[in-house]
Amino acid sequence: MAAITSVGETPIVGPAQRPRGMQAGRRRRLNAFRYVVFTVFGAFFLLPLLAMLRFSLEGAKLGTWSLSAWRQIASYQGSGIPPLLSSIEITLELAVITCAVMLVLLVPTMVWVQLRVRWLARTIEILCLLPLTIPSIVLVVGLGEIYVRIQRFSLSALMLFWVYVILALPYAYRALAAGLSGIDVKTLSEAARSLGASWFTVIVRVIAPNMRQGILNAVLLTWSLVLGEFTIAYLLLYTNLQVELYSISRNTPNAGVLFSTSFAALLFAFVLLMILSYVGRARRGRG
Amino acid sequence: MAVAATTKTGARPSWAGRRPPAPAWVGTVPFLAYVAVFLLWPTGIVVVDALKNPNGAWAFSNISELGNPLVRGYFVGSFKLCLLSSAAGAVFGAILAYAVASGDPDGLIRRLYIAVSGVLAQFGGVTLAFAFLVTIGPVGLLFHASWYFDFPWGIGLIYTYFQIPLMVLVFLPAIDGLKVQWREASENLGSSSWQYWRYVGGPLLAPAFLGAALLLFANALSAFATIQAWENQIAYIVPQQISTAMSSEVGLSSVNVASLLALGLVIMVAVVMTIYALLQRRAARWLR
Amino acid sequence: MTSSPVTRTPDRATRGAVEVRLEGLSRHYGPVVALDRLDLTLEPGQLVALLGPSGCGKTTTLRLLAGLEDADAGRVVVGGRDITRVPANKRDMGMVFQAYSLFPHMTVRQNVAFGLRLRRVGAAERDQRAMKMLELVGLAEQASRYPHQLSGGQQQRVALARALAIEPQVLLLDEPLSALDAKVRAQLRDEIRRIQLEVGITTLFVTHDQEEALAIADRVGVMREGHLEQLAPPTEVYSRPATSFVAEFVGLSNRLAGEVRAGSVVVRGCTLPLVDSATPDGPVVALVRPEAVTMASHDAPDSGPLVGTVIAVTFLGATSRVTVDLGDATVLAQLSTADASALPASSRVALTIRPDPVLVSASSDPAISEAGEEA
Repeated sequence: MAAITSVGETPIVGPAQRPRGMQAGRRRRLNAFRYVVFTVFGAFFLLPLLAMLRFSLEGAKLGTWSLSAWRQIASYQGSGIPPLLSSIEITLELAVITCAVMLVLLVPTMVWVQLRVRWLARTIEILCLLPLTIPSIVLVVGLGEIYVRIQRFSLSALMLFWVYVILALPYAYRALAAGLSGIDVKTLSEAARSLGASWFTVIVRVIAPNMRQGILNAVLLTWSLVLGEFTIAYLLLYTNLQVELYSISRNTPNAGVLFSTSFAALLFAFVLLMILSYVGRARRGRG
Repeated sequence: MAVAATTKTGARPSWAGRRPPAPAWVGTVPFLAYVAVFLLWPTGIVVVDALKNPNGAWAFSNISELGNPLVRGYFVGSFKLCLLSSAAGAVFGAILAYAVASGDPDGLIRRLYIAVSGVLAQFGGVTLAFAFLVTIGPVGLLFHASWYFDFPWGIGLIYTYFQIPLMVLVFLPAIDGLKVQWREASENLGSSSWQYWRYVGGPLLAPAFLGAALLLFANALSAFATIQAWENQIAYIVPQQISTAMSSEVGLSSVNVASLLALGLVIMVAVVMTIYALLQRRAARWLR
Repeated sequence: MTSSPVTRTPDRATRGAVEVRLEGLSRHYGPVVALDRLDLTLEPGQLVALLGPSGCGKTTTLRLLAGLEDADAGRVVVGGRDITRVPANKRDMGMVFQAYSLFPHMTVRQNVAFGLRLRRVGAAERDQRAMKMLELVGLAEQASRYPHQLSGGQQQRVALARALAIEPQVLLLDEPLSALDAKVRAQLRDEIRRIQLEVGITTLFVTHDQEEALAIADRVGVMREGHLEQLAPPTEVYSRPATSFVAEFVGLSNRLAGEVRAGSVVVRGCTLPLVDSATPDGPVVALVRPEAVTMASHDAPDSGPLVGTVIAVTFLGATSRVTVDLGDATVLAQLSTADASALPASSRVALTIRPDPVLVSASSDPAISEAGEEA
């Protein structure tokens, strides 16, 4: 399931106006409200995660502790399904390939459009945001025919990257657009070109380094999208991480390894987004 | 790229003896081709398939199949679940967003909640169902909720887990957009807190709130993995029925059913997203 | 730029205007002291301008008066009533903010009528009073428009109408002109003063622009680091500054070495009267206004303490500022452009200093350099 974030908003929300002094009474009431809200919601969000963690550390007998679920990540093999580790590997490789293809496809195109083909900018934007309106569950119905053709060349699950790039478009586009808007693409490229640079050099060595933040955003968002993708892989009969977990759960609903892997994936995504948040702040601080 | 041969900046060159350069839009062809093949073509297939008979003839009357009680049941199911989860998500998400917005703009709590919202909004799917299963499911660590497998309540609760963070992400900028001067001016003119929200804050946030709620609705419409992992024996909503139709072996007719359902779903989503976009424009004008 | 009348006849009808007294107000944000036992009185119907560099506490004073923040110590007394503990929405004051305060989802008329609506005034009467206010500020035709359709100056006029519509006891203006273009600023400034005089309401006007303060205030309060340095009519603040900070902040000053002898100061051969004739004898730095310096061309080759060379002439329109190098000091003089044109750069000139009362400070007074930088 791909989450839809709003049209025209970047997923990372920046800092707000600084509140000025307030009346003491109102401040007190506000602080009490915040305290309550954060506690209640904090509990709501933490409890399932903690339960998952606890379950992942469950030993052979109820109430005991054990790391076996975590060790099993490397070795688990359910009957009739590929080993867990291979699914993890495939998914990670898929993430890398998707990110690479997404960057190669989007960055030059967006730069080119901004420089030379302004009138297509709106069209490109609409196309990139279209996947928000055409959800995976709909897309996958029509993908069957196309993947039949692809499967004549390769049966690997890595072929999923073709459609994953599409899924990533809305998020990547917005992240890259935000990055591009912060630099003067025209001037930079004209300067580089006048010094004799080829277009390849302009994009790779002049523009891209200046939109590091946007690129990083796009990569991290794409990454977490690929890690969490289930619908298309499942309905196209491939096995990626999420499908594997699903299959395991159909056979052994309480397998500890389900929870350890899920928790690990979640933690990983969280770390990625925290990195994003801090890198963004450092940039703003300098600027 | 062929585009490397196109014009440099400067005076118009003479092209004696050489081909004139390709027009600039050629550089966007790789992207356009890619999107055409992997986005537009499959969508086209869905639309066309939905409107054709098993034997390949056009049958626009297929649309009326969407009114079929059985099919309607899935749409109603989808609608119920989405309404429940987006209403709950919108209200609670707005409260949480307000709490986050009213704090230190650079503080730890704000960054934390935004980062967490970013992760959890994407969380969904299989892992989320697992997490809830061990919290309030049959062997739940917190307690066993007898309604855990009830539709739409059990799954609705699970949906709010990613709807609330999504609401925070989408609605927070709107709350940030409420200028402190409006509140102060309102107070200065004699309003109480309640009156401020009723006459100023509320009306200003209303379009953004509704828009965000609609976004949550569209988001829930498309969700599949979570409910599939929650309970895959009975199909309650359209995505699940699409999945069943796709994997059933009853020849081409099943593809048409899947396509028809998919078409119905995408129309619903498109309508919701359009209204959302319109509301966003209004909100942006005031809260920029 | 025409100057607007600042003087008021003392017995002008003030329609129930109130006195505002701030007594011993203190406020700090953590370790930073924003206000330190401030005492300030606004006479009924008076417009007092608080002037000072950013961080001096003028905005804090206004916000404390408005009730948008709480004082750590001190009292706020309006019309004889202690309102220190009264919440902002019950203080019956009208406030105009620097920017952005109009409600974007309401029309101009609805904005102006908002305060009346909160007071449960009937729709018809509300409308009537709102339109009357809009006529007062000259925007009756824009009543059905939305804020984003108006210019900055027009928006501020609507804000003023809105503040006055509730017929408050006190009018507060927090740098209302700072966000506007220079030309609009001057126009609107005079408008505000005209309206304030017509309505006769006690007003506190905060600004960092000394020209604004001097042009429209009955009294100017110069603030610095949470203290009131001087509270006096504009002419007095300008020509008889109480401290060197005021002298440096308000208008330009030349700093010239001199010596006090028996109640006057001798600066480069000229004897000038002192603002404070009780100053003890000794070496001082005298603060001389540029417009007190005149000059004439000096063809003779001899030199004296007031003979020098013109380094630069800065054209300011009707007047020009001439910078003269006296060898061991640099002096700024303000002359009419006609006079200045006769003395181009590198001509030799002889200066005379008009005997206006002059403020002096001990040569090592650090306040001088501070104010000089901030002005």
